[in-house]
Amino acid sequence: MTSTAETVDSLPRSIVDELDTPPLSISQLTWRRFKRHKMALAGTIMLVFLVLYAIAGSFFYTEAYANYTETGTRLQAPSIEHPFGTDTIGRDILSRTIYGGQISLLIGLTAVLVETIVGVFLGAIAGYYGGKLDSLIMRFTEAMLNIPQIFLLIVMAKFFSGKLPNITFLGRTFSGSVVVIVFIIGLTSWMYLARIVRADFLSIKENEYILAARATGTPGYQIIFGHILPNAIAPIIVTATLSVANAILSEAYISFLGMGVQPPTATWGNMLEGAYKYIETAPWLWVFPGLLILLTVLSINFIGDGLRDALDPRSRAV
Amino acid sequence: MDTVLQVNDLVVHFLTPEGTVYAVNGISFSLDHSETLAVVGESGCGKSVTMLSILGLVPIPPGQIVKGNAMYQEMDLLHSTEAQLELIRGKEISMIFQDPMTSLNPVLTIKKQITESLQRHMGLDMEKATQQAIALLNQVGLSDAQQRLNDYPHQFSGGMRQRVMIAMALACMPRILIADEPTTALDVTIQAQIVELVIALRERLGMAMIWITHDLGVVAGLADRVIVMYAGCIVEEAPVTQVYENPRHPYTMALLAALPRADRRRNQRLKSIPGAPPTLHAELRGCPFAPRCDFAIDHCWFENPSLQTIPSEHKIACWVDVQTGKAR
Amino acid sequence: MESPEPLVQVRHLKKHFPITRGIVIQRTLGAVHAVDDISFDIQRGETLGLVGESGCGKTTAGRTILGLYKSTAGNVNIDGHDICTANGHEWMTIRRKASIIFQDPYASLNPRWSVSAIVSEPIRVHDLLKTAEERDKRAQELLELVGLNARHLNRFPHEFSGGQRQRIGIARALACNPKFIVCDEPISALDVSIQAQVVNLLEDLQERFELTYLFIAHDLSMVRHICDRVAVMYLGVIVEMAPRDDLYEKPLHPYTQALLSSVPVPDPKKERKRRHIILTGDVPSPINPPDGCRFHTRCPIATSRCSEIVPEWREMNPRHWIACHEV
Repeated sequence: MTSTAETVDSLPRSIVDELDTPPLSISQLTWRRFKRHKMALAGTIMLVFLVLYAIAGSFFYTEAYANYTETGTRLQAPSIEHPFGTDTIGRDILSRTIYGGQISLLIGLTAVLVETIVGVFLGAIAGYYGGKLDSLIMRFTEAMLNIPQIFLLIVMAKFFSGKLPNITFLGRTFSGSVVVIVFIIGLTSWMYLARIVRADFLSIKENEYILAARATGTPGYQIIFGHILPNAIAPIIVTATLSVANAILSEAYISFLGMGVQPPTATWGNMLEGAYKYIETAPWLWVFPGLLILLTVLSINFIGDGLRDALDPRSRAV
Repeated sequence: MDTVLQVNDLVVHFLTPEGTVYAVNGISFSLDHSETLAVVGESGCGKSVTMLSILGLVPIPPGQIVKGNAMYQEMDLLHSTEAQLELIRGKEISMIFQDPMTSLNPVLTIKKQITESLQRHMGLDMEKATQQAIALLNQVGLSDAQQRLNDYPHQFSGGMRQRVMIAMALACMPRILIADEPTTALDVTIQAQIVELVIALRERLGMAMIWITHDLGVVAGLADRVIVMYAGCIVEEAPVTQVYENPRHPYTMALLAALPRADRRRNQRLKSIPGAPPTLHAELRGCPFAPRCDFAIDHCWFENPSLQTIPSEHKIACWVDVQTGKAR
Repeated sequence: MESPEPLVQVRHLKKHFPITRGIVIQRTLGAVHAVDDISFDIQRGETLGLVGESGCGKTTAGRTILGLYKSTAGNVNIDGHDICTANGHEWMTIRRKASIIFQDPYASLNPRWSVSAIVSEPIRVHDLLKTAEERDKRAQELLELVGLNARHLNRFPHEFSGGQRQRIGIARALACNPKFIVCDEPISALDVSIQAQVVNLLEDLQERFELTYLFIAHDLSMVRHICDRVAVMYLGVIVEMAPRDDLYEKPLHPYTQALLSSVPVPDPKKERKRRHIILTGDVPSPINPPDGCRFHTRCPIATSRCSEIVPEWREMNPRHWIACHEV
């Protein structure tokens, strides 16, 4: 490796221009670390399978079929014709789990979207500006934390029931209650994320490169979204991932209570509601949707764990 | 010639996921009884790793003592068991570190930390150990030692913490004190206090000292002999006046030429050394300083020079005679 | 010989950090008097050194002068702009004319941003160049100015060494062609051989672009090398200020004398013969600075007057200022 010292215009030129081959980029490192987490990998595979089940399944069964009632065939145990059996009014459970899965997963994802937008925004503002604004937002957050989510969900669901039009989205028509559920779950879960984001912002804000940005004249919003947020992304990703599982569970709770998505639109949760009276006599009514919920939530949790370790900046293992 | 420590041919590697780091590449030196040896070099030159290896404080793995021995009183420290080393550490050979904030246990009182060493190595009971601790703290200049014994490290300032560290290190009157950049993190007036203290203690206790630093000013006031390290190798070794007045290795010369002086008027630009020290991810081929050396000849790129003695106790590792500019 | 109007004028600047308690209702318990009335000028093209030990307030002073911290009292004028009252358009003008280089090369660059983004941020923020190509070209120019290869524009900070990162920080500080740069301990975190490189670079840039520097440091040897005038700070106030060689050869204030005598000199014969003035005790807390002269608790020549009356800041010799009763 040759190096020369030249001075051009009396300014020294760089010597030893060759940097070491760049170490792996941050994303490559993260992926490597994620792969070492066997459970996370298993969770990813499981989740991919579940999503495929919900999406691809609609090529095998139509929605009409899923909602097709035939009281003559009600409460049939699993058979060749109905691999998961039929429910209390003769609908095929397998196809209902497929379409129900679509709604449950959709609710999970969109609720987390709402939650993330609100949580990150409020946490960022509180953490960056501090002072009275911070106090105000934090008191509001704490107040929200004290309201039981289920209570709100039930109240909201009761309030809006029967008043909502149907919505068509991606070729499917479903009850407007889905949108309400999404917003309610989202608006009652953002607090955890807001606190985490605020804590991260408080600490990142003290870094010298933030002071450098202020010295440059960079306006506040650019500092928040351009400088701090990219460095705070790790806990946001982990929390958001785990929140999907929570959202799916929340939907299951309220649907089970009969306050969620209204039939005939299926969700894994409201399928459980129908099974309530038949727990022992017709276990196939709750085993299949219940198992699907369980597997989904489990795999998301494993993925979340893996992401948390992979994104942890203090973990030096590769 | 009363050699108290003899290190031969030490080679230390670190096995990291990104590859092997060749931290120490074959160094040998000796330490005489009641001599102060300064080990000088910039970050990454291997000075700390060398001393930590000697005391068995380098985690293995990822560290790996590839070769070499460190003889202390007929005992090879590099090939001793942990139990054997524990008898040496703190009692015969003590070490103090750079960061006074993290070198002391924050949840234990000073009393506990000093007496622990005294009880273990000297077999003193608590009462005697406490008295001794007070005496030690007085020795290092902490006047209200009696009251401060029950304080915690965070209640002391940086300079005082370093004094406490020195007290702990000297509690059992070791033969050798190894100091790894003990004043680097301190203000210059506090540094002067600590250096003065160390000089006084050294005279009183007659111990040998190894002082690791990058500060050539402190070395001038403290050392009897100096070792200059670069990229895990010793490049120059000489009595202190010789190193400053008659440096023979291009790196030492360049280092001295890059130093600004507080005691002289500025007369010219600082002579900077172009480039940067090697990162030690590759095995050494040739002299590690060749890419930055003003005197490099072809041979320098092929073979790493070994340490040779030239007249009057001066050792250098270089193929070129800097006074003539030609090969040795 | 001197330009008529100094580029930077600091008058009775103070910066206190309040210590508060309570969440809903905040009570102020006291304040850290980080900077407690400092005044000086910096002429165009000059390098003023601001030295002192940890806790003396020099870093806070540098940041307050630039307006990064809101001053508690006093005023600062940079090239005709009043820092303490500027806002909006004038604030942005100041941000272009005055910039800062930080001490820690590892913390002062955003690890998620490429070098190109870091160095061209000032240009984007101030909208100085309209197209992306122009901005890229300018980023390349800046890297080359500081001795880095423009090929590395798309790399990230963690791929560079400390010295190189510091150069990136310097390139960023030059982006908008400033007139005044606060160098906040720019070389303290670097190895000795790299320090000389960076200092030479700073000098070359100063000559080429007619820059004015406030050089904040604790390495008194380096300060003597690079600065034209030096001010010594202790516990939030300036105790002595003089042209470089006057300060180092004839220090008048007892603190300056002790400080200079503590600086080790790389010359064994000299160093071993020197008499170091050893100060007793520790630096008092800036929350409750001593009455009168702040240095009196550790001063070898303090009298009772020193503990009661604050010494006056006066010009003892031409351009040599000092605050002491006993000199």
